[in-house]
Amino acid sequence: MARIEAEVGKPQGGFMKWIDDRFPFTSTMKYHATEYYASKNFNIWYVFGVLAFVVLFIQLFTGIFLTMNYKPSAAEAFASVEYIMRDVKWGWLIRYMHSTGASFFFIVVYLHMFRAMLYGSYKKPRELIWIIGMLIFLVLMAEAFAGYLLPWGQMSYWGAQVIISLFGAIPWVGDALVEIIRGDYSISDITLNRFFALHVIALPLALIGLVFVHIVALHEVGSNNPDGIEIKYNKGPDGVPLDGVAFHPYHTSKDLVAIIVFLMIFCSVVFFAPDMGGYFLEHANFEPANLTATPEHIAPVWYFTPFYAILRAVPDKLWGFILFGLSVLLPLFLPWLDRSRVKSIRYRGWIYKSALSVFVVTFLVLGWLGTMPADPVYVLIARVFSVIYFAFFILMPYYTTIDKTKPVPERVVYHG
Amino acid sequence: MTEDDLDRNRRHFLTVATAVTGVAGAGAAAIPFLSSLKPSARAQAMGAPVEVPIGSLQPGEMLRVLWRGKLVFVLRRSKEMLTHLADNPERLRDPNSEEVGQQPEYAANGTRSVRPEYLVVEGSCTHLGCAPLQDFDVRPAEGWGGGFFCPCHGSKFDLAGRVYKGVPAPTNLRVPPHRFVRDDLILIGQDTGAA
Repeated sequence: MARIEAEVGKPQGGFMKWIDDRFPFTSTMKYHATEYYASKNFNIWYVFGVLAFVVLFIQLFTGIFLTMNYKPSAAEAFASVEYIMRDVKWGWLIRYMHSTGASFFFIVVYLHMFRAMLYGSYKKPRELIWIIGMLIFLVLMAEAFAGYLLPWGQMSYWGAQVIISLFGAIPWVGDALVEIIRGDYSISDITLNRFFALHVIALPLALIGLVFVHIVALHEVGSNNPDGIEIKYNKGPDGVPLDGVAFHPYHTSKDLVAIIVFLMIFCSVVFFAPDMGGYFLEHANFEPANLTATPEHIAPVWYFTPFYAILRAVPDKLWGFILFGLSVLLPLFLPWLDRSRVKSIRYRGWIYKSALSVFVVTFLVLGWLGTMPADPVYVLIARVFSVIYFAFFILMPYYTTIDKTKPVPERVVYHG
Repeated sequence: MTEDDLDRNRRHFLTVATAVTGVAGAGAAAIPFLSSLKPSARAQAMGAPVEVPIGSLQPGEMLRVLWRGKLVFVLRRSKEMLTHLADNPERLRDPNSEEVGQQPEYAANGTRSVRPEYLVVEGSCTHLGCAPLQDFDVRPAEGWGGGFFCPCHGSKFDLAGRVYKGVPAPTNLRVPPHRFVRDDLILIGQDTGAA
């Protein structure tokens, strides 16, 4: 009698068994970490996904603390940011981490996207991962834009004025749409209040949800690698891909090194150059919003400037809006624009290699032009590079078809 | 119940009816949320007309006032300024203010104003909403008869707020509804009653 009671009352297998009978902890850890196999030959380009995750965490964490002292009203916003900078203990550090984090988010995400273009990570069977990633990028742009209005400085106000006015270019519904975005007849306290709601609740929730789905989709098909071959087609007798190693502990250890190096760079900027010479925090924004005077020179923060340069290059309001939107959305179609038989740049011909190089230069030049005043010479250069930008995408089905590719190996290759 | 007893038509009807009712309900529930995004009663009230005293405004001088949070220029044009308005109609995109909606009917004239002397326009570039800067100097060599210049994307307007050709702004500066209450008082935002 006593023996049976002991068997019934005492859990077999200890605490983890008790948990696992009620929540799939061990199996989830295995599926996503200790038995998730990613290629052995990952190079430095493969750290930016993890780094984006780190920056997301920094932004959420510092954002919560900023919210505790920030006041989302036109009358108090600018002063409350000054208050955070001067009177809140360590407030300057928390705010600089957040503002620097915004720029680093885009640096890391742009490099992460470039990795996908280098190694064809968007190609079949990873089209959905790419599309979800592009949605993350769009939400991130909206999040950064909404956040930039919150300090209620000159550039916050007039930058928002310009970008919201863009939607007024849409025929028929434009004016009504602009009024619904602003919630007023001009950008006002009401607009600031709703952008705050979007910035701290709606968009971060969307961001976290999309990141979750991004990773679920990735772990379903498996990570790509610098050779662009599917490692799951070469499995050992134990069912483990011969070219793969477990994400944890192998890739996590490697990622830890990347995170430490990243944080060293991040902290250097936070402590020594938080405004980055006007690129991370624009100088005009150290002045409160003045509804009667536009700053002499209006430019968005650096991460929007490539698209902004395209907008300015078009001498027509509606077409400017259309081409601006198209320049942001075109990468979404990469999985279908790219007709190459191989994924990785390693096995592509000279045409794609040249095209991608020209594209990188174009993106950087447009980014630089977007920070410059709208002088006729700059506008002319911007037009030339806008054409190249669109040509890269629109001509892609053609040049990736005729490009001579090299044979792809069966197994991954190591370099150095 | 066996498969044979199933009335598939009935089940299909119920499925569709439930879905349609659900969508209609969700649509109805969306109305209050979407409406809450529109300007509130207070925002509408704050958008009430503003009175601008112009008694002390000298020829060539300009006032900047806010109406509905929007910048409005009130410029008292001098005789000389008015004579330059007819100089270069071929350089303007819409010299005769034919674009409907950019001005009330009573301002669709050569000076785009109720009284020729006083120009009342929204100080918001029709391209992307920056506030144009005033540049009233006449520089015939450049073909510039004075006007407004937008620092953001380089749009140019003359002293009647008419847009030049070849700039990003598509239309003339908007003339808000306004009327003269007295000779020295303009009401911006309302034009009913005698002008």
